[in-house]
Amino acid sequence: MADRLAGIRYLLPRWSGKLGTGLIMVGLIIAFGLVAPLFAADPRDSSNKGLLPPSGSHLLGTTKLGYDVFSQLATGTRGSLYVGLLGGISAMLLAILFGILAGYFGGWLDEILMLITNIMLVIPGLPLVMVIAAYVQNTEGLGEFARSSTLVALILGVTGWAGSAVVLRAQARSLRTREYVAAARVAGEHGLRIIFVEILPNLVPLIAAQLIFGVMAAVLGEAGLSYLGLGPTNSITLGTMLNDAQTGQAVGSRAWWWFVPPGAVIALLGTGLALVNFAIDEIVNPKLRLAPQAARRQRRATKAGRGVAGGGAFA
Amino acid sequence: MRFYLRRVAFYIVTFWAAISLNFLLPRMMPGDPAAIMIGKLRRASGGRQLSDETIKGIYALLGADKSTSLWDQYLAYWVRLLHGDLGISSTRYPYPVATLIGNALPWTLFMVGLATVISFALGIGIGAWVGWRRGTWVDQLVPATSLLQSIPYFWLALVLVAIFSVQLHWLPIVGAYDPFTYPSGPQASWAFAADTIVHAFLPAVTIVVSSVGGWLLGMRNMMVSTMSEDYVLTAEAKGLTPRRIRDRYAARNAAIPSLAGFSIALAFVVAGSIVTEQVFSYPGIGKLMIQSVQGLDYALMQGVFLVITLTVLAANFLMDLFYGLIDPRVRTNG
Repeated sequence: MADRLAGIRYLLPRWSGKLGTGLIMVGLIIAFGLVAPLFAADPRDSSNKGLLPPSGSHLLGTTKLGYDVFSQLATGTRGSLYVGLLGGISAMLLAILFGILAGYFGGWLDEILMLITNIMLVIPGLPLVMVIAAYVQNTEGLGEFARSSTLVALILGVTGWAGSAVVLRAQARSLRTREYVAAARVAGEHGLRIIFVEILPNLVPLIAAQLIFGVMAAVLGEAGLSYLGLGPTNSITLGTMLNDAQTGQAVGSRAWWWFVPPGAVIALLGTGLALVNFAIDEIVNPKLRLAPQAARRQRRATKAGRGVAGGGAFA
Repeated sequence: MRFYLRRVAFYIVTFWAAISLNFLLPRMMPGDPAAIMIGKLRRASGGRQLSDETIKGIYALLGADKSTSLWDQYLAYWVRLLHGDLGISSTRYPYPVATLIGNALPWTLFMVGLATVISFALGIGIGAWVGWRRGTWVDQLVPATSLLQSIPYFWLALVLVAIFSVQLHWLPIVGAYDPFTYPSGPQASWAFAADTIVHAFLPAVTIVVSSVGGWLLGMRNMMVSTMSEDYVLTAEAKGLTPRRIRDRYAARNAAIPSLAGFSIALAFVVAGSIVTEQVFSYPGIGKLMIQSVQGLDYALMQGVFLVITLTVLAANFLMDLFYGLIDPRVRTNG
């Protein structure tokens, strides 16, 4: 049992200032998206005056149509988080499917899966997403779903998995040759069991890092799509807010309180997620943590007069 | 040689896949993009009769009636493309798609190309320095790059416009040149060149600022890893100057993966430049793409997507050749 716990602890990121800051930032934004819409005013209430600057009654002012920006921001954060999570998870599942199967089985399966992955990787993402979205959203028979945030998230997921698949494949390939995997194979375990029991658990930090990337990419992708007018129409996201601000000439009319907050939330969320990812990176690649530490230690030693003469390059 | 053959084969397959995707997408949809497109063209032409040639072209690009087999459609599609016929635009009727793309492409290549090169050089340079100084206060700068990376391109562009164009009136808000000074369009003069640079400045800065973080971080991490290699220790033991170790031993090797990651970064830049062009109404490929998507101009949309994909493939291919040249290992390991 104690061994087991030690194993799990090994997979968890080390506590550091970066990780703490990142978790707090992400946590606050998630809490804002979950809780604030419950007590904020109706984001589609247009009875207010238009383009009011921030004040006591409207914390972040109002839009041209009189919507309360704070309420819109709260609902929009929730909408963006939903798209990010759904898009990130679907991209991650596809990346696991392609990356681990290709890396573990090798041979012709690897060739084919990697060919598909590499094609997806070099075809530029946003134009592809725009083309797919333009066709799908104008398809008859989808009804409400055609312009929903769920569909936008799925499109982003289906087009955004290739980079993670490459990373996972490389790691799965190297794990495949480890002794314990060979032992499992000799013991007669079949392929899928080896993948799920022996390989997948060791990929957890990497998958977590890729998931975080995926969520971020989906949030940014949704913002870009919505800004271009291809986002969901029946729900509010940070991207649709920016699109409204664009069509409402927010920049020209100097209504900074309208277009600055949604972008700032996206940037802060992205920064928070990236900080968490730094901590995970340091598990995956211990050199990133150990090398600066060693350099720091060496410099301290030199300063204390215990250094090696001519340690110049490492100072 | 095997390396180059494999790369050439890969790009041919990708090229084929991109075109086939372009062919299949409108045909997989339950609706009828060809009918929508022809309706749009009729309206754009002011109710005049469209020539049979135009209508035939649209069917070839977007899908004919169900009586023609998919295979025959596919062949006809290829024949059209190989003749350089991308159809007629409905949003910019009666211009052919190929002409519109030809006019827009130079602007994008100029602005985005310049921004990418600047961003790459800056990122590699600063990244190498930050990696070299690992374990010092400089490490604190590293997380800051993630802030740059998570800023949406277009939002940064909006903020820059709000500050430098609307508030301070230092730089122009829209376009690639001043249409009032140059009403007859681009001309070959120094004043015009200066005007284009002034107009490209903010969009380029947007792209540089949002993409430099990725290069920087990648280079820094590789530099840190490379610095703990044995040959760096050997170089140090030989008594080489730190500068020589940094530039000749560490940075050169650390930069290689950054070059390999060029394709991923390029896709990022292309995506970013599309939305950036929208913010600045920059008359490039991205703006054209957005126009086509918003106006459901399927012919233009297909054409632009194709050209963007081909350009990115070409850039990647050149990069691969270059990569094989500087790193012999990839040539032998395939």
